[in-house]
Amino acid sequence: MDLALVFMVLMGASVLAYVVLDGFDLGVGMLMPAASAQEQSVMVSSIGPFWDANETWLVLGVGILLVAFPLAHGVVLGALYLPVVAMLVGLMFRGVAFELRMKALGWHRELWNWLFWAGSFLASFSQGFMLGRYITGFDRGIGFLLFAMVVGAAVCGGYVLLGATWLVAKTEGDLQRKALAWSRWGLLWVALGVGLVSLATPMVSETVRAKWFDFPRTLALMALPAACLWAGFIVWRSTGRIARREAGRDWQPFAAAVAIFAISFIGLAYSLFPYVVIDKLTIWEAAAHPSSLKVMLAGVLAVLPFIVAYTAISYRVFRGKAKGGLYD
Amino acid sequence: MDDPLLLARAQFGLNIAFHILFPTLTIALAWMLLGFRIAYHRTGEAGWLQTYKLWTKIFALTFAMGVVTGIVMSFQFGTNWPGYMNRVGAIAGPLLGYEILTAFFLEATFLGVMLFGMNRVPPWAHIGATALVAGGTSLSAFWILALNSWMQTPAGHVLDGNQWIAGDWIAVIFNPSFPYRFAHMLIASGLTASFVVAGLSAWRLLGAPADAMARRTMRVGVLAAAVLAPVQAVVGDFHGLNTLEHQPAKIAAMEAIWHTEKGVPLVLFAIPNEATKTNDYAIEIPYGASLILRHDANAELRGLESFGADRPPVAPVFFAFRLMVGIGVLMIATSWFTAWATRREAVAPRWLLWTLAAFTFSGWAATVSGWIVTEIGRQPWLVQGVMRTSEAVGEISGAQLGVSLTGYVLTYAAMFIAYMVVLTHLAGEGAEAAKPLPHAYPAGAAAD
Repeated sequence: MDLALVFMVLMGASVLAYVVLDGFDLGVGMLMPAASAQEQSVMVSSIGPFWDANETWLVLGVGILLVAFPLAHGVVLGALYLPVVAMLVGLMFRGVAFELRMKALGWHRELWNWLFWAGSFLASFSQGFMLGRYITGFDRGIGFLLFAMVVGAAVCGGYVLLGATWLVAKTEGDLQRKALAWSRWGLLWVALGVGLVSLATPMVSETVRAKWFDFPRTLALMALPAACLWAGFIVWRSTGRIARREAGRDWQPFAAAVAIFAISFIGLAYSLFPYVVIDKLTIWEAAAHPSSLKVMLAGVLAVLPFIVAYTAISYRVFRGKAKGGLYD
Repeated sequence: MDDPLLLARAQFGLNIAFHILFPTLTIALAWMLLGFRIAYHRTGEAGWLQTYKLWTKIFALTFAMGVVTGIVMSFQFGTNWPGYMNRVGAIAGPLLGYEILTAFFLEATFLGVMLFGMNRVPPWAHIGATALVAGGTSLSAFWILALNSWMQTPAGHVLDGNQWIAGDWIAVIFNPSFPYRFAHMLIASGLTASFVVAGLSAWRLLGAPADAMARRTMRVGVLAAAVLAPVQAVVGDFHGLNTLEHQPAKIAAMEAIWHTEKGVPLVLFAIPNEATKTNDYAIEIPYGASLILRHDANAELRGLESFGADRPPVAPVFFAFRLMVGIGVLMIATSWFTAWATRREAVAPRWLLWTLAAFTFSGWAATVSGWIVTEIGRQPWLVQGVMRTSEAVGEISGAQLGVSLTGYVLTYAAMFIAYMVVLTHLAGEGAEAAKPLPHAYPAGAAAD
């Protein structure tokens, strides 16, 4: 069995799980300033029971990078050192702000609300920025820097889409109506971001260009952007329907938003494979000692089903529309 | 300040020292919460529910601090010490991986149920969630201490090319210092939580002397500490003997023994002098060190000299060890005296409440001191006898490390101040509510 390949799939799955799950947490965090104090309380309640476990997928993703591809861990995180620090500072403020804003009063609470927003934004933007740097193999230059900043903004937009559609599913009344509008704004950002990144990536990377413009494979690959467009259309249509109070499928926009992320992720994975650092390091070159991979795989196979099962239980326990005052 | 090794160590050391504060409190506090939760289930007393809810809030905040600072560490392993993963990653990696898989997801997921699920799941499930959070925190300690102990007293590893891999995982995990270090750390957590519970309850009693629940939780904390503190002294002694066997240079630094001699005195206090390789202003008990470490007044102990360059700096290890032991002795005295003074429901005098309040974070001070002893005491080795810290350092420039170090210091300072403000606020909030309102949970908390 090709253990490097297995762990690449596992790492990809963890990162995608993180992006989707913490993506909606971070998106809700970024939407905080657009809501009233009462609504903010409901918004935080809708993600309160989940954010901690959601963030753990990041630890697992980085953990697999560290354990399975130690060479890449050093190269990738070394090259992204300062954006990683920025992301961590953002995640730290976001994480403690959850608890502290609940317990603080007066201007302290305002301060933590602001830090909750700022932390969410900083973490989201840094993640996108890192993705931009990663795709281009950490090449230096003003063009590459601009590209990374565009990806940073696109990821922020994507997380806003996830967060807003999550709120559509988890809230009702005025807040839900606001969330429907936010969803459409998020979708526009995502369309812009995904479009720009899809156009720019083949331009900045020869390797990616070669993989996409290889007829007749290109024709089959066009299924990905087509599916992405379709998912975007579903978000647009379902938010409209919910706004007009037709068909009460409040989960549809979120599911379609997740589909957009999953499809983009598959496209990205296709672009990069088999590199773990593009043009420099393949997954086989970076893979850890087989003995360590085997013992890790045994653990993953034994434990991951339980993690998935109790995560599902937790989402089931907290199903339904969120109310404020969860922390009382 | 442009030495990357020094900066990498300073940054990692700062992060790990800040991080360890929070798990040290949550590991044992989780088990105490389980006790409060079960007490409420069995008695149905509103007081136990109030207690559970108050301490759950403190737990949640502390846990969040531990999680966010822990994530930083998962990145710093690679950024600050790439050589570490390249050489011993096949051993360190799976241990870290198992911690994430078996502990992190478990505690993070069930924490949600524990914090917010009381009215959504049946009591048995809520008690079960609390128990799983407690189990998860202890399991996390198990894996990370297995790894740390392996770095102190490596076993079960074999060389394959340029990498060390596990030949025998049982030997790797249950390496010679692991049982001692694991027991020492769990009890340290128990003591830390006991003194935090007792100290904050005492703080509340200073404002609301009639608060019956605060009196009860203070007693819980004091009695737990009275049992754990002497046990810790014994476990610590065994841990020290284990260190003497496997890391004699660390013991020599802890006791400031410069030259190999027979009948070595115990240095109570001194200022170790690296230049002259002697102790200035020493206050010593003749034959003391030989007696304690070898149980024989004339036994020979290896001095620092005999290790050449492969020995740690003396002063930080020597002073941190004395601080840890000193706090431990004061913990025994405080907990025993308070247990005696409050026997048969006797009311503790105000000066005693102030003393307990002052000891609230004594566990943190002792734990961090202990980790300074064991981590600096391992230098210059990263993995004792296997690889040096200097071999693991990466290529991050001094400037980048400096920028990020500043960022972390500011972030940690802000987080710590906020944490302390909220902790004292929560303790005080309970006091205001305890006086007139026996039926309701504090009004301030309902503001959200």
